[in-house]
Amino acid sequence: MRVAEAWRVALDALRANRLRSALTMLGVIIGVASVVLLVAIGTGTKQKVEQQVEGLGSNLLLVVPGRIEVGNAPVVSPLTLKDVDAVTRVVGDPDRVAVTVASGATARAGARSDFTTVQGVLETTPAVFTRSLARGRYLTGTDVDTSRRVAVLGDSVARALFPDRDPLGQQVALAGVRFRVIGVFAPLGQSLGVDRDDEVHVPVTAAQRLWGTQRVDGIAVKAPDRERIDELGERIVAELNRRHPDTEFSAVTQQQILGVLGDILGVLTGVLAAIAGISLLVGGVGVSNIMLVSVRERTREIGLRKAVGARPRDIGVQFLLEAVLLTTIGGLTGMALGVGTALLVDALSPIPAAITWWSLALAFGVSAVVGIVFGVVPAQRAGRLDPVVALRTE
Amino acid sequence: MTEPVAAGSRGDPSTGERVAAIEAVDVSRTYQLDGVSVAALRGVSLTVQPGDYVALVGPSGSGKSTLMHLLGGLDRPTGGRLVIGGRDVNTLAPPEMATLRNETIGFVFQAFYLLPRTSAVENVALPLVYRGVSARQRRERAAAMLGRVGLGHRLDHRPNQMSGGEQQRVAIARALVTEPTVLLADEPTGNLDSVTGAAVLELLEQLNAESGVALVMVTHDQEVAARAHRRITMRDGVVVADSAHPHSVHDRPPSVDHGRPATLISAPSAEPRSASGSGPGHPSGGSGGAAGATGRLPREVERPGGAA
Repeated sequence: MRVAEAWRVALDALRANRLRSALTMLGVIIGVASVVLLVAIGTGTKQKVEQQVEGLGSNLLLVVPGRIEVGNAPVVSPLTLKDVDAVTRVVGDPDRVAVTVASGATARAGARSDFTTVQGVLETTPAVFTRSLARGRYLTGTDVDTSRRVAVLGDSVARALFPDRDPLGQQVALAGVRFRVIGVFAPLGQSLGVDRDDEVHVPVTAAQRLWGTQRVDGIAVKAPDRERIDELGERIVAELNRRHPDTEFSAVTQQQILGVLGDILGVLTGVLAAIAGISLLVGGVGVSNIMLVSVRERTREIGLRKAVGARPRDIGVQFLLEAVLLTTIGGLTGMALGVGTALLVDALSPIPAAITWWSLALAFGVSAVVGIVFGVVPAQRAGRLDPVVALRTE
Repeated sequence: MTEPVAAGSRGDPSTGERVAAIEAVDVSRTYQLDGVSVAALRGVSLTVQPGDYVALVGPSGSGKSTLMHLLGGLDRPTGGRLVIGGRDVNTLAPPEMATLRNETIGFVFQAFYLLPRTSAVENVALPLVYRGVSARQRRERAAAMLGRVGLGHRLDHRPNQMSGGEQQRVAIARALVTEPTVLLADEPTGNLDSVTGAAVLELLEQLNAESGVALVMVTHDQEVAARAHRRITMRDGVVVADSAHPHSVHDRPPSVDHGRPATLISAPSAEPRSASGSGPGHPSGGSGGAAGATGRLPREVERPGGAA
């Protein structure tokens, strides 16, 4: 029997049992669609996080006490503004050095309040990180030098405290101390489920006075060029180690952060794909089951075909193609469903989803292989049927 | 594979030394059922010549169906020699058996066995599919064959749109579209009313006469059997009468199996038949008793499964 003929016969058989074929395919459809969708979500999340890390600014070097590793507990920082001055001397350009001292605090305006993160920073922050304002102005050198109680609100905080009026010029109480709002950030959105607009920037000097500390949590440096970023990091760490022999310091670049995040999210995507793969496997078992039923149901047809000259191989190929058709049609439908759902999720929910060609190829390939693997046993059984027994079957 | 040798000599019977379409020599067939041997055929010898018109008669369980399956290459004997179209089936692997059936044998079944949801012309063309004939040629040949059985106007009708007689004609066309040497018909009129059955029978006889295909027909109908040129009567797995060889038939009484404790005849043999109440007595079994034996056969329909 020619292959084209076998395809036609297999397609006819599926058409003859539309409902059953559709239900059998459903298992494969769900499996393939979930593989495509979950991989898309995993990939989309990874891409978005990478974008956000890159969006922080280019050639960024983050200097913190302790080691930057997944699972490491944060260390209480021994750094002070004197250390920042020392780092600035190493860098040679005060505009390239930013600091932060952060703590959670309740922001209050009139009857409204919002628990948020208050960051004590230098006026250099917008130059080091890419951060733009929606309204008003940012902190100035004078604000920092004079510990002026002025604040720049993140978009979420501004909405929470001033839903129906202009926050500029209004008073905000941070941990009970009044600050004047001088600016509002442009919104950034979420990153890994964290609202990046939920923060308030105040002068680092004012923040230290607010919490009664000399501490600085971390220093960020914008390197003049990418080539010497590692060398600059080493020099800064060496200087800080000289000043604080008891503490270890780390200088990490965006590339290193991306690498760590990429590894985590890659594992996450893999786990999601594996879970979805299990449902694809279950779909394959369903195909095998239905093919066995189909062989039994069409025993007499098999007997007749054998009587008029079908060889065992002809019958086997016919049923194998039927199984492969079930899974590949199901696979294509599942791909379409998965892509469609992923696009919807990406457009309508905060969860990012990105379609990758390899996930489509993988899902389709696996569904075809599932058809072959789970079709072989029923096909062999059909091919080996004794024609006399098959013809007798009622 | 080339055309069977028998086909070449089909149109030249005057040479005398004709090559048999099917030759069975002391063929037996024993089934193993739950560890027990059941002998369905116990040494059958017969020859079917091209152009023969043979009726195969006998009570249920006499081995007719088993013999038909063997003659059609659907099954293999467990003993003896069976040559179909010049090829010894015991030397053939399953795929070769399939090809042999495709080229040499045409089957017509009592229940038609047409593929549902498939047009008449496609049903008829089915054997050609396994011969690798192109789609266009298949349709041409199938349509021509349907014309010969009087259904040239119903090519694209489906089985459920046709009467029983028409369905059996489609089945006959399917059996003959490959131009086989032998047409095996298992109760071809069994599912049809008498008028339709007679017309189908006439068609089979006409095709037998016109094309020289040997017609071997299993039947319970004595009138049908009487029209055949040759009648072979079976009982208890042996041929008890063959009108082509009136003096060489087995002269074994039905009780012969009592001497063989290892062999069981599971289906109703001589004793249970009278218990069914439809037959007045035992056929005498001798050469002269062939016609008489079939004359007293119960007219029950043999189940396809009652081979043993």
